[in-house]
Amino acid sequence: MNTFSTGSIVNAGDLPDKPAPIRTDGPIAWLRDNLFSSRTNTILTLVALAIVLYAVPPALNWLVVKANWSGGAEACRANPGAACWPFITARWEQFLYGFYPQAERWRVNIVLYVLLGGIFLLAFEKMPLRKWVGLLMLIPFPIVSYFMLYGGVFGLPVVETSRWGGFMLTLVIALSGIVASLPLGIVLALGRRSTMPIMRLVCTLFIEFWRGIPLVAVLFMASVMFPLFLPPDVTFDQLLRAVIGVALFASAYMAEVVRGGLQAIPKGQYEGAMALGLPYWKMMRLIVLPQALKIVIPGIVNTFIGLFKDTTLVLIIGLLDLLGIVQSSINDPNWSIQSVPYTGYVFVALVFWVCCYAMALYSRHIEEKLHTGHKR
Amino acid sequence: MSEVASTSGAPSLAVSDEVVIRIADMDKWYGQFHVLKSIDLEVRRGERIVICGPSGSGKSTLIRCINRLEEHQSGSINVDGIELTDDLKNIDAIRREVGMVFQHFNLFPHLTVLENCTLAPIWVKKMPKNEAEEVAMKYLERVRIPEQASKFPGQLSGGQQQRVAIARSLCMNPKIMLFDEPTSALDPEMIKEVLDVMIELAREGMTMICVTHEMGFAKTVANRVIFMDAGQIIEQNEPGAFFDNPQSERTQLFLSQILAH
Ligand SMILES: Nc1ncnc2c1ncn2[C@@H]1O[C@H](COP(=O)(O)OP(=O)(O)OP(=O)(O)O)[C@@H](O)[C@H]1O
Ligand SMILES: [Mg+2]
Repeated sequence: MNTFSTGSIVNAGDLPDKPAPIRTDGPIAWLRDNLFSSRTNTILTLVALAIVLYAVPPALNWLVVKANWSGGAEACRANPGAACWPFITARWEQFLYGFYPQAERWRVNIVLYVLLGGIFLLAFEKMPLRKWVGLLMLIPFPIVSYFMLYGGVFGLPVVETSRWGGFMLTLVIALSGIVASLPLGIVLALGRRSTMPIMRLVCTLFIEFWRGIPLVAVLFMASVMFPLFLPPDVTFDQLLRAVIGVALFASAYMAEVVRGGLQAIPKGQYEGAMALGLPYWKMMRLIVLPQALKIVIPGIVNTFIGLFKDTTLVLIIGLLDLLGIVQSSINDPNWSIQSVPYTGYVFVALVFWVCCYAMALYSRHIEEKLHTGHKR
Repeated sequence: MSEVASTSGAPSLAVSDEVVIRIADMDKWYGQFHVLKSIDLEVRRGERIVICGPSGSGKSTLIRCINRLEEHQSGSINVDGIELTDDLKNIDAIRREVGMVFQHFNLFPHLTVLENCTLAPIWVKKMPKNEAEEVAMKYLERVRIPEQASKFPGQLSGGQQQRVAIARSLCMNPKIMLFDEPTSALDPEMIKEVLDVMIELAREGMTMICVTHEMGFAKTVANRVIFMDAGQIIEQNEPGAFFDNPQSERTQLFLSQILAH
C-alpha cells in the first residue's frame, strides 16, 4: 500500500478495520490480573484468604450470629460468649445525652436534626442558596446551638455543662474544635509566612508551643492550672476550658497543614494577582487560599479526624464523652457480665469509625468536585 | 522565531508627546548583586517598545520594577504622574493602570476563563458582576476565544492560555501593557496567534513594553528597540536603524547570534 518511489512515503487507500482487542474486564479476567498475575501474587492471595477465613467467621459469630439481640441482662448472662447488644439498647439514651435532663432532651434533638439536615443539604452541589446554608451553619448555628443546649434564654431552663455527656458531648467538643481550628490555623499559617518579623515570631512560637506538648497535658493544664491564674471569684466553665484547649491544640497542627499548601502555590500566582492590583487579603482569599486549601484537603481532614478521636481524652479531666460514659456504664453491677465491656468498646469503636469514615468520604467527594483539569 | 506578516508603515502610528513612564537614574540590587545600573527610560503614550538582550541581563527585572513586582533601591519611577514609593496607595493605583502578561501565563487554575477575566474588575474596580462579564466577553472575543469562556485554564492550549491572560489584563482597561517574553513558553505554531493579538493591540494605540526575542514582531510594530546587557541599557533606536546599523559591538554580537538561526 505504501508507495516508496521518489523518497517520500505516501499512504494510498484506507486501512482495513481491525477487530477491537478482546475485552479484559470480566470477573475472571479481573481475578487473573489482580490476584493471580504472578507466583508471588498468587501466594499473597492465598495467605490473605487464609487469614480472612481464620478471622472473619468467629468475628461474625460473636458480633451477629450468636450475639444476644434481645432479652436484657439475663439473656446475656446465659450466653456470655457473644456480643450483648441489649446493653446498648438499654443504655443508648444515656450514651447519646449523658446526664442531660430527660425533659430537656428535645433541645439536643433539635440541634442534632438541624446539624444533620445542614450537612445533608450541603452535600448537594446544585442546591440553590447553598452558600447561605453554609454560612448559616458556620456562624449563627453554633451560637444558637450553645443557647439551645445551655439555656438561660427564652425561658429555657439552664442545663449546666457538667450534665452534658455521651455522644452529644463528643460532638460539641469535636465540632467546636473543628470550626475554631480551621480559621485559626489559616491565620497562623499566613502569619508564619508573613514578611513582618514580629508576626512571624509570634505565630511560630504559638505553633511550636502547642505542637510541643501532649494533648493530655493541655487538658490537665486547662482544668487544673488555668484556674490558678484567675481571680478566685471568676469561674470558668470546665467544658469551655477543654474546648479551648482542644481547639488551640488542633489549630497548631492545622496551621502546619495549611502552610504546606501555601508553599505549594507557585510564585506566579501571587504575581498574577498582584499585577491585577488585588490587595493582599483579597489575593489570599480569592487566589492563594482556595488553591492551597484544596491541595491540603486530605491533610485537613486528617487533622479533623485526629481531633475527633482525641476528644476521648477529656475523660481524664472528668468529662464523660461517649467513651467515658460507656466505660462508666460497664461498671454497673447489674451488667457485670463478661461480654458487656467488649460489647461497649466495640460499639464505641463502631460509632467513631462511622463518623470518621463519613468525613473521609465527604472529603473525597469535595476533592473530586474541585478538580479542574491539569495544573498550570 | 516566527516571521510576522509585515505591513509597511505600521510604526508610524500616532505617538503623543506625553510621557507616561519616566524612569530616572534607577538602580536595583539583589543582595550584593547589582542587577540594574542607573536606568534612564522615558516612554510616551502610544509608544511600543521592545526590550531584548541576553539571558540574565535584567530585562524582566526592569519591567517588573514598573509595577512593583520588584522593588528598586534608588532613583525614581513615575507612572502616569504617580510616583512609585512604598506607599501602598500609589502601588495599587499604578497596578490598576498597568497590565502585565507573563511568560508562564499565571492564570488562576481554580477559576474558569471567564472568572479569571472578571475577578479583578469585580474585586478591584467594584464593577457589578454582569457588567464585568460583558466586558470580559468583549475582550475574549477580541482575542478570539469567546467559546472557551466556561473552560478551566488547564483545559486550554498554551497559546489559548496566553490569549486569555492578555484578555484578563485588558479587562482592567489598563493604559500601559507590559509583556515579559509572552511567547517563549509556546510551541512555534501557537506563537503567531499570540503575536497577532499583540499586533492588533499595538495598532489600537496601546502603550506597550515587550520583552521579547521575536524580531519580526519588533520590526512590525515597535517604534523603539532597547538592547540591554549586564543591567544596563546599551543601545536604543527605532527598529530599522537598530537592526540594520547597530552601533555598539555588544549589540552587533547579540544580533548576529539571534539572527543566525
Ligand atoms: N530573586 C532574585 N534573587 C537574586 N537574583 C536574581 C533574582 N531574580 C533574578 N536574579 C538575577 O538577576 C539577573 C537578571 O534577571 P532577569 O530575570 O531580569 O534577567 P532577564 O534579562 O529577564 O533574563 P531571561 O532572558 O533569562 O529572562 C540574573 O542574573 C538573575 O540571576
Ligand atoms: Mg526574563
